[in-house]
Amino acid sequence: MISAPDVVAFTKEEEYEEEPYNEPALPEEYSVPLFPFASQGANPWSKLSGAKFSRDFILISEFSEQVGPQPLLTIPNDTKVFGTFDLNYFSLRIMSVDYQASFVGHPPGSAYPKLNFVEDSKVVLGDSKEGAFAYVHHLTLYDLEARGFVRPFCMAYISADQHKIMQQFQELSAEFSKASECLKTGNRKAFAGELEKKLKDLDYTRTVLHTETEIQKKANDKGFYSSQAIEKANELASVEKSIIEHQDLLKQIRSYPHRKLKGSALCSGEMEHTQDQASQPATTSNTDESAATDLYTCRPAYTPKLIKAKSTKCFDKKLKTLEELCDTEYFTQTLAQLSHIEHMFRGDLCYLLTSQIDRALLKQQHITNFLFEDFVEVDDRVVEKQESTPPKPSPGRPPSRSLEECPIPQVLISVGSYKSSVESVPIKMEQELGDEYREAEVTEMSSFDPQESLDYLDMDMKGSISSGESIEVLGTEKSTSVLAKSDSQASLTVPLSPQVVRSKVVSHRTISEDSIEVLSTCPSEALIPDDFKASYPSAINEEESYADDSEGAIHFQASVSPPELGEAEEGSLENTSSQADSSCCIGKESESLRVPLSTPAHTPSDQDGVVSIPPQRYRQKDQGFHVDFAVENANPSQDNSSEGFPAYELDPERLLASRDVSKSSLDNSDTTSNLSSIASTSSDRTPSSAYPPGPSSERHKKRAGQNALKFIRQYPFAHPAIYSLLSGRTLVVLGEDEAIVRKLVTALSIFVPNHSHHAKPVKHWISSPLHITDFQKWKLIGLQRVASPASAGTLHALSRYSRYTSVLDLDNRALRCPLYRGTLVPRLADHRTQIKRGSTYYLHVQSMLTQLCSKAFLYTFCHHLHLPAHDKETEELVASRQASFLKLNLGLVNEDAKVVQYLAELLKLHYTQEAPGTSHPTLRFDYVPSFLYKI
Amino acid sequence: MLRWLIGGGREPQGLAEKSPLQTIGEEQTQNPYTELLVLKAHHDIVRFLVQLDEYRFASAGDDGIVVVWNAQTGEKLLELNGHTQKITAFITFPSLEACEEKNQLMLTASSDRTVILWDCDTGRQVRKVSCFQSTVKCLIVLQRRDVWLSGGNDLCVWNRKLDLLCKTSHLSDTGISALIEIPKNCVVAAVGKELIIFQLVAPTEESLEWDILEIKRLLDHQDNILSLVNVNDLSFITGSHVGEMIIWDILDWTMQACECNFWDPSPQLDTQQEIKLCQKPNDISIHHFTWDEENVFAAVGRGLYVYNLQMKRVIACQKTAHDSSVLHVAKLPNRQLISCSEDGSVRIWELREKQQLAVEPVPTGFFNMWGFGRVNKQASQPIKKQQENATPCSLELIGDLIGHSSSVEMFLYFEDHGLVTCSADHLIILWKNGERESGLRSLKLFQKLEENGDLYLAV
Repeated sequence: MISAPDVVAFTKEEEYEEEPYNEPALPEEYSVPLFPFASQGANPWSKLSGAKFSRDFILISEFSEQVGPQPLLTIPNDTKVFGTFDLNYFSLRIMSVDYQASFVGHPPGSAYPKLNFVEDSKVVLGDSKEGAFAYVHHLTLYDLEARGFVRPFCMAYISADQHKIMQQFQELSAEFSKASECLKTGNRKAFAGELEKKLKDLDYTRTVLHTETEIQKKANDKGFYSSQAIEKANELASVEKSIIEHQDLLKQIRSYPHRKLKGSALCSGEMEHTQDQASQPATTSNTDESAATDLYTCRPAYTPKLIKAKSTKCFDKKLKTLEELCDTEYFTQTLAQLSHIEHMFRGDLCYLLTSQIDRALLKQQHITNFLFEDFVEVDDRVVEKQESTPPKPSPGRPPSRSLEECPIPQVLISVGSYKSSVESVPIKMEQELGDEYREAEVTEMSSFDPQESLDYLDMDMKGSISSGESIEVLGTEKSTSVLAKSDSQASLTVPLSPQVVRSKVVSHRTISEDSIEVLSTCPSEALIPDDFKASYPSAINEEESYADDSEGAIHFQASVSPPELGEAEEGSLENTSSQADSSCCIGKESESLRVPLSTPAHTPSDQDGVVSIPPQRYRQKDQGFHVDFAVENANPSQDNSSEGFPAYELDPERLLASRDVSKSSLDNSDTTSNLSSIASTSSDRTPSSAYPPGPSSERHKKRAGQNALKFIRQYPFAHPAIYSLLSGRTLVVLGEDEAIVRKLVTALSIFVPNHSHHAKPVKHWISSPLHITDFQKWKLIGLQRVASPASAGTLHALSRYSRYTSVLDLDNRALRCPLYRGTLVPRLADHRTQIKRGSTYYLHVQSMLTQLCSKAFLYTFCHHLHLPAHDKETEELVASRQASFLKLNLGLVNEDAKVVQYLAELLKLHYTQEAPGTSHPTLRFDYVPSFLYKI
Repeated sequence: MLRWLIGGGREPQGLAEKSPLQTIGEEQTQNPYTELLVLKAHHDIVRFLVQLDEYRFASAGDDGIVVVWNAQTGEKLLELNGHTQKITAFITFPSLEACEEKNQLMLTASSDRTVILWDCDTGRQVRKVSCFQSTVKCLIVLQRRDVWLSGGNDLCVWNRKLDLLCKTSHLSDTGISALIEIPKNCVVAAVGKELIIFQLVAPTEESLEWDILEIKRLLDHQDNILSLVNVNDLSFITGSHVGEMIIWDILDWTMQACECNFWDPSPQLDTQQEIKLCQKPNDISIHHFTWDEENVFAAVGRGLYVYNLQMKRVIACQKTAHDSSVLHVAKLPNRQLISCSEDGSVRIWELREKQQLAVEPVPTGFFNMWGFGRVNKQASQPIKKQQENATPCSLELIGDLIGHSSSVEMFLYFEDHGLVTCSADHLIILWKNGERESGLRSLKLFQKLEENGDLYLAV
């Protein structure tokens, strides 16, 4: 609703649906050089240039123990989407960055295999050669037949636009966590069922073996055991052991902390399931398990099988499919969620961000936003509003991504400062609770001893080996490993494999001395899977206490003022020796007291220490390009302009700049390779990000806008018709053809103020005679005209209630409604408008209506306008004060005042209603003459 | 207005040609009712509206349900279920000053031959009487005696506890259609064409029994008496199906004035009997009266007549005030009159004095004045003008309320909350003054702001 239509007009929201709008050619002197990739259908704001796929998609891959990384499915499941993009290769890459080999097996000191409930890890990964950037969400599913009982999977959101991944990280993470949680829930169920079956098998086997042993015992009384008997006894013992192991596993899987489920709405089904199950009698034979929760115990009768003593894990056996691993129900639910994600993040980043800001602002207008908002979205918003506890603004936190948390002024400011802060700064996690960690980090800073940090990590790690939040930086070739890759089981350290510092195909683009270097890279072909492990992961245990605490919420931290940056650079220069790279960050962090959960380690590739970078900046921005062009004046603002940041303003400088960047990026593209930054958050956070409008509503809006535009151009009397809608006079669209009527009703519904969040007062099609209640309920009605005499009643009712309605007769192209002489509607619905696209027009309407809403708000809440100043003041005086306010302060002439008055009444009703939406507002009307317009 | 839409005449009957139905355009500057609220709870014709206090009213109708509403918000407060058939009479039972029970009570009679006493604060059914031989068609409370009377085929007297005190013998099969209280412990009952005056005998030292005695029968009406009201301390009025209006002295029950045919359109000044023959009785039947200090307002057929009690003559009339029979009229304080009709509309009239009154002498002869009254199908403009000149005042239409799709049975006027109408289309509509409501909403808004502490938050 709040959008500058002109800006959004440039976005790509319609790229798949509509032919691009061709502007008439500019005169030569104004033309700027064409965007180099224009021929490929790319626009300057998308970085699709290098990508081999046409649009974003989601890839699910598995690291199969038999064949290695393999892609399983894509969403949308359409080969056109990913085109020539090498899914196998990319699967290999994304699977290999899963640093947290979740350990299952016999941990030292434990008698039994231990399951770990591993938090998902989330990384961002880029491959500039492929032109692909991905948010990768790793998760582990349990499979009794798999090695170590685990099957690693990952879901990746793959986009050509790196900024999209980076800036939507939180949202992506939240959405994918839901999907993952759903999968895992289904998997736990399935796994528990599998275990039960296995236990029954074992139990049965034990019984059989036992009897056999007894028989043998009886058979030979010689006092010594035959080797056969000993073998049997051993077998029996191993079965016993196996039973205990499996029982233990079952107990573990059942004891999965349900607390974690609370957050995810998607899996709400599970609670029902568990209740169902609890009510059913437990069929398990384990009596010692009965004390445990019965959550997973209900299984249909199962005939146990005899298990061979040596269960073989053969590689030729077929592994379970993902669907088998999870319940089918959960699997389909997950797929639905994934395609929801795909819808959500479709389109240009600029657009996503705009709509996010939009929604954040709208949410704050809780008094007026019901009027013209799509109620579906509003519903979402309402829910969010309930969910999100007011966050404590952390001091000095720059306006950042968590827009919805900022009070209005901040948001407004942030549009300007947004760029600068976001870009110049790494994504960091602010873990406010992590005092402990902060200390640790401080220690790290002062003396970065790998061992120490390992210790720290280990210490933190004990208990559950789960990695909660982490930031991971995929190395650049400059970075050398600071730490040896940890051998610890969890590989949770902050390691850098030496291999990363491989080939130095460094393309240094040091444009000036101040300038920043180029993160160089190695050719991506050189990368072998092992190398990927050489990411710079650090993972932290998720502390249980964090999860529920809102304070623990992760904020992307846009940081730091230029001076600090300077310090950071200095720091890094000083420390070029060994652990320098990390210190460069650390120095900065210590200043700002903002502790990233992991420190990216950068070491100058050559000992000259040519480069000092705030490395994170590069991660943040043009990772694909590895060039910083904004050189001479490292003034942040200019610097920022280089970012492919969503176009809030399109100054030529910036456009040029970004073009340059893209160019250079292209040049480099063969030599550059991956460089990514990773941020990972714990999966059970529920960020309060809003849903971007789904494409369906998007399309709906576009169509409505288009048809409205058509209506305005076609009918010279569109203004009084729209005025009727805005002033709450029911407009009846009369016609014979249902499709046409429906279309027009849908189009005109964008002008209809809502009564509440719940439903738009629009009836698309009705064929029975209208009743007085209809006018109270609906403000826009599509009415069927029947030729038969039966319609006489309908028309009679229409003429009887003519004072409450305006009638638009589509068949006769006539309109009967009151006169309109205001200035508002002509601006809203100018038939000579230059706007040509439906969605643009829709946004234009929305922004005009928002203006109107704010006027209505002012009018409604101006105390002195409505209440007499003193007892003796007459009503007439109050009324005249209102009139003059409307006219002089709000600039409303003639009938426009009535529109605002009507909106004000709706606002009052909405505000004072105890339970909003429970009742329809009264039917307000005026005794004004109507006029007949006819074409 | 919508001719282009319908493609034909507005009404097949061509009412416009037939009678000079006064219409008002869509511009009604004096009509204050610019907001309406449709109240839906009944499933059948709503016939009765009763005001309970300043902000509540109750409705009842053919579905046997009684609903208590908030007149300000239109909120449904209570729904009282007790009757199995349609409700035939409905009154409030004012609580006595002395009585501890302060709750407002109401009495409903139904064709299931029961009468129920309700507590309208709680919705509780206080008591129920079901020993009637016939349907009770009217109810009246004699507050001074703290008894109430029910009229069906006989007349029964009850006390507050719903004990039967006494009853008359069987009066007629048609039953009592109306009851009013007059001084000297008497009540007037309209039974068919007759008016019967009963006297209530309260218990004394000698006899502890209540008794009710028939004192007099008045046989002056030619047809069924439809309406019966007492207008002031001196007189009461009856109106019959054939348009006879008789003003009676309230003390000696004599006829003070009789306007038997003044709405009779037939030009010849004939005796009453002949009128009946040439008239469709429905056109002149007197459905309802209302009154103020000076005037009686009668709903006669489709027309409205204002009869001045001092001058004993009609001072203003509107012969075709509605398309069809006027069912209910009420006088508002500001010289306004509201009427509702079977045609589903409610109209607001204003009684205005004519300018040229002093100039025009009143034509001679009482009957002469009214003789041409009713406009026939051939009624022509000159006659109408003449008639208008004849009356010193006129009823000007200042607004109409269109909302109901069927006959509007009754309405109720609230000084503060507007107008409530009930109709055969099962709906009740609350008509409100939009400007006042807007002001009230603002007031409420700021009150709520203050409650929420948002009003003075500005820093």
